Amino acid sequence: MVKTVQLDTTSKPLIEFINVSKSFADQLVLSNINFSVKSGEFLTLLGPSGCGKTTLLRLISGFEKPNTGEILFNGKSVVGISPHQRHVHTVFQSYALFPHMNVFENVAFGLRCQKVPKDEINERVDQALRLVKLETLAKRKATQLSGGQQQRVAIARAIVNKPLALLLDEPLSSLDYRLRKDMQIELIQLQRKLGITFIFVTHDQEEALSMSDRIVVMHEGHVEQIGTPREVYETPKNLTVAKFIGEVNIFDTEVIEVNQKTIKVNIDGYLHQLANTKNFQTGDKLHMIIRPEDMRAYRMDETEGQERMLIGKVNEVIYKGCTVDLIIQLNNGKIVSVEEYFNEDDDKLEYQLNETVILNWLPGWEVVLPYEA
Amino acid sequence: MKHDTFKFFSLSTIWLWIILFAILPFVLMLVISFATAGENNLVVYSFNLHNFLNLINYAYLRIFTRSVFLAAYVTVITLIIGYPFAYIIAHTSERIKNLLLLLVIIPFWTSSLIRSYAMITILKTQGLLNSFLLWLGVIHMPLQILYTNIAVIIGLVYSLLPFMVLPLYANIERLDQSLVDAARDLGANRYITFKRVIIPQTIPGIISGCIIVFLPAMTIFYIPDLLGGAKSMLLGNLIQDQFLFANNWPQGAAISVILTAFMLILLWLYWRNSRSKDRHEFL
Repeated sequence: MVKTVQLDTTSKPLIEFINVSKSFADQLVLSNINFSVKSGEFLTLLGPSGCGKTTLLRLISGFEKPNTGEILFNGKSVVGISPHQRHVHTVFQSYALFPHMNVFENVAFGLRCQKVPKDEINERVDQALRLVKLETLAKRKATQLSGGQQQRVAIARAIVNKPLALLLDEPLSSLDYRLRKDMQIELIQLQRKLGITFIFVTHDQEEALSMSDRIVVMHEGHVEQIGTPREVYETPKNLTVAKFIGEVNIFDTEVIEVNQKTIKVNIDGYLHQLANTKNFQTGDKLHMIIRPEDMRAYRMDETEGQERMLIGKVNEVIYKGCTVDLIIQLNNGKIVSVEEYFNEDDDKLEYQLNETVILNWLPGWEVVLPYEA
Repeated sequence: MKHDTFKFFSLSTIWLWIILFAILPFVLMLVISFATAGENNLVVYSFNLHNFLNLINYAYLRIFTRSVFLAAYVTVITLIIGYPFAYIIAHTSERIKNLLLLLVIIPFWTSSLIRSYAMITILKTQGLLNSFLLWLGVIHMPLQILYTNIAVIIGLVYSLLPFMVLPLYANIERLDQSLVDAARDLGANRYITFKRVIIPQTIPGIISGCIIVFLPAMTIFYIPDLLGGAKSMLLGNLIQDQFLFANNWPQGAAISVILTAFMLILLWLYWRNSRSKDRHEFL
């Protein structure tokens, strides 16, 4: 997803977390969180359920107080300021539309709280409803709308107040696949059009990769990595990030020899030369990570003369339309997955179960990480 | 098959119960209300309307309006006391919640009549309430509370409060917390959140509670009898009088029929104005 919005990196961050920790009844939910949100960006908090991402969002909206640390909006601390005085608004997971009000009244709620003049309320609500394409349903009760429409009302209800940042708490998780895809694109377009900072919480890594300017990868109350989708996918900082975002094949090995900028390692009986990105020394243990789509599988008759390859048997063939996924058991027992794309060279991709295949990967596409016990 | 048999028996038991103890007595009342009181028989069956025409009379109308107003006061006071009560119960931790609910229900284990006698000892001139107020220094002379309308209201509020608290509690408990969060998030302070989100969302509970309090407040006869003294004649006492002391069953029956009709109209009004969802909750 190519973004056209230029992020202002020189000015002060919009929202800053400084050494923030939060626990509920002795249970540490967030520990030592440090990161900042830039004005106008689409930032995603990504992590499995229970990693603390929703708590982080509730710290921003003011429903939770940090036990230690500071949260700054435009450089000023907001710790202790109650939710109704913070100029950030939330799209709740359940949408939380007021069932006793119609669509118009739901959207006007925030403006009425601020005592905005009536004419201006009408104008701004109409504008917000047009933006989410619901102008014809203004008089409907919130309960008479479909899931997708309720979602749009929830978004309109928040953006009509022109918030500093829009907080979205897994807003797409209850929509079906097709609608979710459409809403993803609509949200990105909306965010670009409005220029409002979006802080989006999800556990769906694909959603995070396709929508965000930057992703904050979280795990068990820690921030594991912050970066663009490309950075967290292609150069994960550690095993947790690599495993959570996308599929991985992990080979554990150790450094046999260090040259100037390369290291030599033994993978399944063959020596491989890899870039020495993390200043490894001889004898250091490491993980070599290769994504399934970077692996190549060959039949025995296709591989005349190729060396240093992994040999295994096909355990499972999974046809997925645009790809064929292979589960392969190597001779040493290790299970590896390979994703093969159809193209003009490989338009059949037919494999038999238990067929012997030979594997290699695109040299240089592997990620090397320090060993984690 | 087995399931159907069970359903048949349980439903027919309920219907039998309703027919025997609710519909049949009411039909008897209706029939008697058109009869006349005799010299030697309790009831002489001669169809006429004079029991109802008798009611169009200043004294009866006064008792009727006084009862309605008194019941309305009682309902409003129980609502004002009961709402925060129910709200607090619904928002405490699970363990304390059960304890508080138990405390609300405990008075039901003692007869309401006995509890009303107990109220006399509290409200009488040398009673607990006066002693307490004297001790506080709020008053210098004991107040005459017993045998006034105030005593009746206090007694009714005390007896009927649980009937207000329980439906309100059930409704507030079910209130979706995310709606409250959403209101706060959109800039509503606690007061606006309460007025524009919490109250509208608990209207079914408020209406159920008001109906369950208002109807008995009009008809309980022993509380006005005991605490209000002979002066305050209310509808409940009036009916009791006609049956037990004046021996005019047809007249008592006619008042009962009018009262029942009045209540049915109230219920029907609520029924008509509620949506099907609230209707379900109310039931």
